[in-house]
Amino acid sequence: MSLLSLRGVRKVYGENVVLDGFDLDVDAGECVVLIGASGSGKSTLLRCVNLLETVDDGVVELAGVDITDPRVDADKVRSGIGIVFQSYNLFPHLSVLDNITLAPIRVHGVRREVARARALEMLERVGLADKATAKPDELSGGQQQRAAIARAMVNSPQLMLLDEVTSALDPELVGEVLDLLRELKSEGMTMLVCTHEMAFARDVADRVCFLHHGRPLEVGPPAQVLDAPREARTREFLSRVSGTTGR
Amino acid sequence: MTDWQPSALQLERIAYRRRRARRSTLIAVVSSVVLLVLVAVGIGSTPGWPRVRATFFDVHRGWEALPIVAQGLWLNIRVMLTCAVLIVIFGMTLAIMRTLRGPIFFPLRVFATAYTDVFRGLPLLLVIFLLGFGVPALQLRGLPNQAVIWGGAALVLTYSSYVAEVFRAGIESVHPSQRAAARSLGLTYRQTLRFVVLPQAVRRVMPPLLNDFVSLQKDSGLIAVLGVIDAIRAAQLETAEDFNFTPYVVAGLLFVALTIPLTRLTDYVARRQGWYGGGGGPV
Repeated sequence: MSLLSLRGVRKVYGENVVLDGFDLDVDAGECVVLIGASGSGKSTLLRCVNLLETVDDGVVELAGVDITDPRVDADKVRSGIGIVFQSYNLFPHLSVLDNITLAPIRVHGVRREVARARALEMLERVGLADKATAKPDELSGGQQQRAAIARAMVNSPQLMLLDEVTSALDPELVGEVLDLLRELKSEGMTMLVCTHEMAFARDVADRVCFLHHGRPLEVGPPAQVLDAPREARTREFLSRVSGTTGR
Repeated sequence: MTDWQPSALQLERIAYRRRRARRSTLIAVVSSVVLLVLVAVGIGSTPGWPRVRATFFDVHRGWEALPIVAQGLWLNIRVMLTCAVLIVIFGMTLAIMRTLRGPIFFPLRVFATAYTDVFRGLPLLLVIFLLGFGVPALQLRGLPNQAVIWGGAALVLTYSSYVAEVFRAGIESVHPSQRAAARSLGLTYRQTLRFVVLPQAVRRVMPPLLNDFVSLQKDSGLIAVLGVIDAIRAAQLETAEDFNFTPYVVAGLLFVALTIPLTRLTDYVARRQGWYGGGGGPV
């Protein structure tokens, strides 16, 4: 059974149908990369999985539990899912360490010393051990994003959602973040990623899903979707992307 | 869009949400009624309640006093509106003076800072006494000597200092990158302030600003100490006839009746214009 399963997910904003009966399965330990033009529904999909949006129809199941059921405790579901945003969304009034220990202490009831020790361990892993007491605005974009990933990881989530995590970064800082994601993947973390980094998709993804008009138009291994797409829409999108980024 | 029909599951979810909403409403109604009954019984059963009711909540007496108090309130409204306009002008001027950069403006900055320091600290009642009794006592020619003008002036002086600080907080909350962007387009300092910084600053401080104006509405009652017949003074005169305090309660209710629509109006306007932050969703 897959860890995350979306069936017929629909999301509408007014007249605009963003997700139109979306089906997708993500197995435990799998990394699925969502690609598609802006407005194709990638971010909305992640927000629906994290229950930041209420779906208008369909089911999202996480580990066999229907999390779109209005009876489930959304906070509890979210606490088992890590999400990293394009613009980091670190809390500017807290130090990097306090950003990371906030949820373990307040949500998961971890003792302060334990939380600190785990946060420091996590910072060590993302290469920011010396920045624990710094405030987010003292860090570079890449460092902030790594801190945000550490913040999401420290709760040992079942699933990580990554929403354009490198889009706000300078090109020379993209590498450090992608390296970290590769490492997470190799440790068996389940990831659902929206990105414009085709190189990353090719390198890390188990499967790539091309979204078009709120549906998964083409899903398959990167070698197939990115290098030998069956659909004309996919080819068109890929040629536009490679034309603009030179990849 | 057209051929989509909600699934049975979605219909069930919608029905569940509706049931839950109905239940929430029911709980709200029941808990409100229970609380009101408890409060009414609690107060009604105190030994002094009949006496208090006769003194403060005499419906007949209140009805009698209403026209006179309402007439006084009309003065409050005029004072408040006039003062509000002047306060916005002075407050904004002070705020801009405080944010001016450059050595040439040093005296203006010092003046604005000293002004806000002094008038924010002085009790309003003292300022009203000083202006209302002190200035006419100087017996200078050409100065008006109606109490209402000096009372209004005291309100303007004090509230300008509050409002100036609110505006200043708003101006300083606009991110420096906005100024940089405006200056890079060739806008002058003045134009930047006028077209980029102030519009954003004013929107951001609208809620605290209105808070100050609601407060002003009430404090306009303080000029009664100068003998001006406003709602409070009218109530006082009515009360003096028979020591029944109901006219005060009437004045209080009228002030509340003025304030509530103003607050709701701001909330409505602010929400419609999207002044309160961004985002949304069930977070």
